[in-house]
Amino acid sequence: MAHAVAALDQQTEKTALITGSEAIAVACKLADVDVITAYPIRPYDTVMQYVAKLVANGEFDCEYIVAESEHSQFEIVKHASAVGARVFSGSSGVGWMYAFEALTVTPALRIPMVVMVGNRALDDPGAFGVEHNDALAVRDLGWQLVWVDSAQEALDTALIAYRVAEDRRVFLPCAISCDGAFLTHSQALVRIPSQDKVAAFLPPYNRGDLLLHPDNPITVAPQANEDWLMEIRRQTAAGMERSYTVIREAYAEFDKIFDRSYGNPFFEEYETQDADVVLVGMGTLSTPVKVAIRQMRREGKRVGFVRVRWFRPFAAEELAKTLGRFSAVGVIDRDFSLGSPYLGGVLATEVRAAMYPATKHPPVLGFICGLGGREVTVPDVRRMSQIIYDAAEGHPQPPTQWIGLRE
Amino acid sequence: MTAIGTVETPPIPKLDPFKGVKKLPLEEFFTSGHRTCQGCESALVMKMMAKAAGPRTIVLGSTGCMYVANTTYYSTSWVIPWMHTQLGSSGSAAMGSAAGLKAQMRKGKMKSEPINVIAFCGDGGGADMGLSAISAALTHPDYNLLILMYDNESYANTDIQLSGSTPYGAHTTFSPPGKMKRIMHHRWKKNMAGMLAAGHPTCRYVATMCMSYGLQGMNCVRKALSIGGPTFIHSLDPCPKGWDYDPILSHELGELAVATGIWPLYEVETGVVKLYGKTKQIAEGQSGRLPVREYLLKQGRFAHFTEEDIEYFQGKVDEMWERWLIPGVIPLRKEVHAEKTAA
Repeated sequence: MAHAVAALDQQTEKTALITGSEAIAVACKLADVDVITAYPIRPYDTVMQYVAKLVANGEFDCEYIVAESEHSQFEIVKHASAVGARVFSGSSGVGWMYAFEALTVTPALRIPMVVMVGNRALDDPGAFGVEHNDALAVRDLGWQLVWVDSAQEALDTALIAYRVAEDRRVFLPCAISCDGAFLTHSQALVRIPSQDKVAAFLPPYNRGDLLLHPDNPITVAPQANEDWLMEIRRQTAAGMERSYTVIREAYAEFDKIFDRSYGNPFFEEYETQDADVVLVGMGTLSTPVKVAIRQMRREGKRVGFVRVRWFRPFAAEELAKTLGRFSAVGVIDRDFSLGSPYLGGVLATEVRAAMYPATKHPPVLGFICGLGGREVTVPDVRRMSQIIYDAAEGHPQPPTQWIGLRE
Repeated sequence: MTAIGTVETPPIPKLDPFKGVKKLPLEEFFTSGHRTCQGCESALVMKMMAKAAGPRTIVLGSTGCMYVANTTYYSTSWVIPWMHTQLGSSGSAAMGSAAGLKAQMRKGKMKSEPINVIAFCGDGGGADMGLSAISAALTHPDYNLLILMYDNESYANTDIQLSGSTPYGAHTTFSPPGKMKRIMHHRWKKNMAGMLAAGHPTCRYVATMCMSYGLQGMNCVRKALSIGGPTFIHSLDPCPKGWDYDPILSHELGELAVATGIWPLYEVETGVVKLYGKTKQIAEGQSGRLPVREYLLKQGRFAHFTEEDIEYFQGKVDEMWERWLIPGVIPLRKEVHAEKTAA
């Protein structure tokens, strides 16, 4: 850690071996965040351990507050953001759920906080491992949600998230989801951009006429009731609608300044060009999926992969158009949505909804896999691929199957 | 930045006590536009608090009467900046605002100047749900902030439900007297200010007040804002709707709460307890305590009380004055008992 940070300077880009959590801590320093709140819960808390070291070593100037609960953690940064400070926070699993009230009010207040969710299974029973239900719980509320699968992408996405969230056309919070353990605790070589380039990419946070300050004596969040609530909701919805454009602009600008392109910001396509069937998923399960695809391709099976990055806003039309090219689609959910349509996962349900108006409708199968941090293995991926091949060949399959489940 | 010990705090305002009612500034920072009940003492607390703090102030209001009744969209009563915060978040709201200002001032992103940060909460938001966040805020010497709890002794905005700060036996919609049970609420009122003063040794100022004594109340606010670090004030606010009395009696009931010894007025300044006003006179024997019945029987919420209930109430108040380690403040006994171990 000390090496990575010591290496940071004004003009030079450096490469360091760091974890996903550390990458986001470094991004916070590069973004000159003003107020950060911490509360312990695994696995996200590693980001705060890195922040604490940076502050203790005098390498990062921010108000670093250890709160007494997750609820306070998110309330504190919410109010710091209202008075004009750039803020960062984060949580995992039931900690995120403990903060739920604060998370609920943040989008409507147009608070552009950026946070990290170290995805973790919800209690009970206890499990430290990854599941996506924690972050997904806020999907209807006005949070922008993005999943990343590498430490490099975590760092870059944090910078992009600040730029998008703080764009006055958006002014909505953004949660960056990092799979617990697989990303939060795994080291990889990361290119750390120079402070100068970050300054060129990320303008200062300007709250404008929404700033709570004696020079701008406004009343924020009064009782609106049925008189105005619907109009205010519509304004928040409009911010989310504009987010699509702002995300595209931010990735294009990122590419230009940092010379590192992510292609389509909303989802990554892997080996899809000539694919017969594709798998769809989010987060670090991309690694076993890509390994399995390489194996299967050597055997002549043309399987592709689409990794969804931005879950909110959801690029429905574009994704539907892309998935319509294949003869069957298998969606891997590292989450559950009990009692949902076809008893499927959250992502599968969204993908089906996105595809309904499209002109081409290949069968969409759902797979629940890798819950509680259970590994999604290469054989699991091969099995799922076989199932969607069977579906493509006209053999009906159940709409949702649990994969890797002990019988 | 100013330093207190090893802690760096933003500039602290200089707010001398108001010398008298005739010396008060004319400007109001909490004005028309609210729709509180007739005789609402909490609205008076808001008005006096804002006057005492002055224009360079940010107010955070947690959910409760003083949110719902004061900030109808398009008719806010706040002249100074005001923002809603969640029911249990007065401590976090104050801390977040103060931290945001401090960071920006230190980093040169905002002009460095004293800006008062006040978060208010009702007794439900403070003594119940928000206790943990208030406690946390009071342990942070890094931020100048005041948390003011306006205590009307129930969740008055949601239909008068009992809170941890509702007095023993009071009739609320969650504790109605019935045929089998006359007393549904048999918990003694939480000793909020005493608990916070005793539990947060680095907090420089905790006080109780009652706006029946307006000048003293405003000077408590001014001291809390200018002493540096996090501070807490607990205000007892008679509530015509919740306590069930004629609104004309609000001021008198506040005085009676103090004169009966039920509501002691005190400040704890850097660890030193100082009784003030009528409470000081009672403690020094210059004036006797009135019987609690004078206070209780003026309120419909105690109309079901029997003589036995009044006696119990009187006994608990007597105990507070005669047996507590620090009367009205710390409910421990002076006697220390060592447990005998077997030889």
